[in-house]
Amino acid sequence: MAATARRKPTGKGRKRKDGPVDVLVAGAGYVGLATAVAIATAAPHLKVRVVDAAPEGVWKKDGRASAVAAAASRMLDELGCWQPLLDDAQPILEMIVTDSRTSDPVRPVFLTFDGEVTPGEPFAHMVPNVELNGALREKCAECGVEITQGVAATAFSETQGAAALSVTLSNGEELRTRLLIAADGVRSALRGMAGIKTVHWDYGQMGIVATIAHERPHHGRAEEHFLPAGPFAILPLSGNRSSIVWTESKRTAERLLEGDDFSFDLELEKRFGLKLGEIHVEGAKRAYPLGLTLARDFVKPRIALAGDAAHGIHPIAGQGLNLGFKDAAALAETIVEADRLGQDIGALDVLQRYERWRRFDTVQMGVTTDVLNRLFSNNFGPLRAVRDVGLGIVDRMPGLKRFFIGQAAGLSGTSPRLLRGEPI
Amino acid sequence: MAAGRTTIDADEIERFSRLAAEWWDPTGKFKPLHKFNPVRLRYIRETLIEHFRLDAHSPKPLAGLRVLDIGCGGGLLCEPMARLGAEVVGADASATNIEVAKIHAEQAGIAVDYRATTSEDLEAAGETFDVILNMEVVEHVADVDLFLKSCAAMVRPGGLMFVATINRTLKAYGLAIVGAEYLLRWLPRGTHQYEKLVKPDQIDAGLAGTGLTTVKRSGVVYNPLADEWNLSRDMDVNYMVVAARSSGKVS
Repeated sequence: MAATARRKPTGKGRKRKDGPVDVLVAGAGYVGLATAVAIATAAPHLKVRVVDAAPEGVWKKDGRASAVAAAASRMLDELGCWQPLLDDAQPILEMIVTDSRTSDPVRPVFLTFDGEVTPGEPFAHMVPNVELNGALREKCAECGVEITQGVAATAFSETQGAAALSVTLSNGEELRTRLLIAADGVRSALRGMAGIKTVHWDYGQMGIVATIAHERPHHGRAEEHFLPAGPFAILPLSGNRSSIVWTESKRTAERLLEGDDFSFDLELEKRFGLKLGEIHVEGAKRAYPLGLTLARDFVKPRIALAGDAAHGIHPIAGQGLNLGFKDAAALAETIVEADRLGQDIGALDVLQRYERWRRFDTVQMGVTTDVLNRLFSNNFGPLRAVRDVGLGIVDRMPGLKRFFIGQAAGLSGTSPRLLRGEPI
Repeated sequence: MAAGRTTIDADEIERFSRLAAEWWDPTGKFKPLHKFNPVRLRYIRETLIEHFRLDAHSPKPLAGLRVLDIGCGGGLLCEPMARLGAEVVGADASATNIEVAKIHAEQAGIAVDYRATTSEDLEAAGETFDVILNMEVVEHVADVDLFLKSCAAMVRPGGLMFVATINRTLKAYGLAIVGAEYLLRWLPRGTHQYEKLVKPDQIDAGLAGTGLTTVKRSGVVYNPLADEWNLSRDMDVNYMVVAARSSGKVS
């Protein structure tokens, strides 16, 4: 132990541009940025820095939109990032769920939700990713959080008993941080470097994501059709546009994307229907492999995983982003609370509070979405009958329905303060 | 010297010295103390902010307070107190503990004045403090009364002393000794001896005539589902007492 005490803090000849930080966030997606903003707002004396592997400006090219549940928008509001988003946010005022074969002319509606958690507060909004990311970045600048693009953390070393982690960045810079937050996505490199194993299921499915322009207004209605190949979701965007998340087997999805636009549009029309009039695809269409990835540990000494780095779940219930925001809120609250008590914010026992807080919820959500997907992604008659009865029962029981709305709005479980719209 | 009255119990010091290296491992032998830390830190912080009318929003709310942590062990309380701005003296009768605490504070870049000494010696040296933390110590000393009196003598007018310990009840015997040491193995066997546990009344009795009066008490209970400790009205097992010296200069 005496040896560690005498260890020199820096190696010879290493470049050191800036001083040590308290929190280094790897990954400038919404989870990384929200965590950084939440910590910097509640504890301005902590120095927070963000590094992101993607080159400058890449985030501006994301044409996707995300469903932001009520709890997440309360948090964004508390952080001062929600008002600027309102212009481009489309409230989801109604949601219907159907279970059908693709060819069914009329899809029986099993579930309808009026989409308000509290009067006047829709349970979710569709928000363009660019706007969301931009609002969080603006807030980072306001509260002194520096974001460096095109830079990844390539190595870090921990010494037993040492008070900081020494992190090497891809630009050769070396810096010390008391806590490293890995918010670097589902294929998190830092997770691997930290030696954290994952549990992974591949569904052999892909989610095709595209923006659809249509003739007639959608009136804020979201639809989720459980088709044999997997869920097909239509989510309202601002104007006469909707976002789709279309699940297909890997082979079909690849064929659809590689084939000509005519065949794609034809297949799309079969699923989307013509109730909103003529439709056409706006911008690029992309497909993402669907799987369930859960990290075995969410924390190690001085390291915490957040968002998809900790859990990549099936997008069936649109909960990925909201779990991510819950991580951000819970992690920030844990860190700020520990700092208020004078504790070491990177100590394992501090970080384990965050892990205990988030793990149960995440595994539960992961398993639920997994079961939902397995249950719905097939065409097996008896199973269809059972699940249809199930959905019908949910529809007739207000208590159960409220539970599902609560789940969808992200308001269930022990909510971190920010998700309740309160400051940390 | 051997014939003189002292508060040090040689067996206790030896036992903790052997464990000293493990102090700062939150998953090691002192895991229970690490788990216990948030609830007592919160209690101390909130009590101090209220009593001394400090700024709760300051990152260093305890700035200006001189704090003694008596029986500081590896410094689990000293470092947080120092981070919150207090001027901290950490005292422990075990030189090994003090060495471990010094090494750790140096690594963390935190200034704590660690001393291998006893409350009697500090008192004799004329040291005084705004706050004395007397946490999880009284159940290990040889003479509770003498120990409390020497600590109390160092509390400045208007100052506070915190005493945290384990009650001497059947429930405490079942949970804190049989449960924690024998069944759950949270603590090494022999950490606590039933006959040395201290009842709240004994604390009051020990403080009698020192000028310190008990201003509040709270129980601390373990919630196995959340795996955390919380404040409670139940003082049957773990509890904390806050005693104050009046600031009035008028007699």
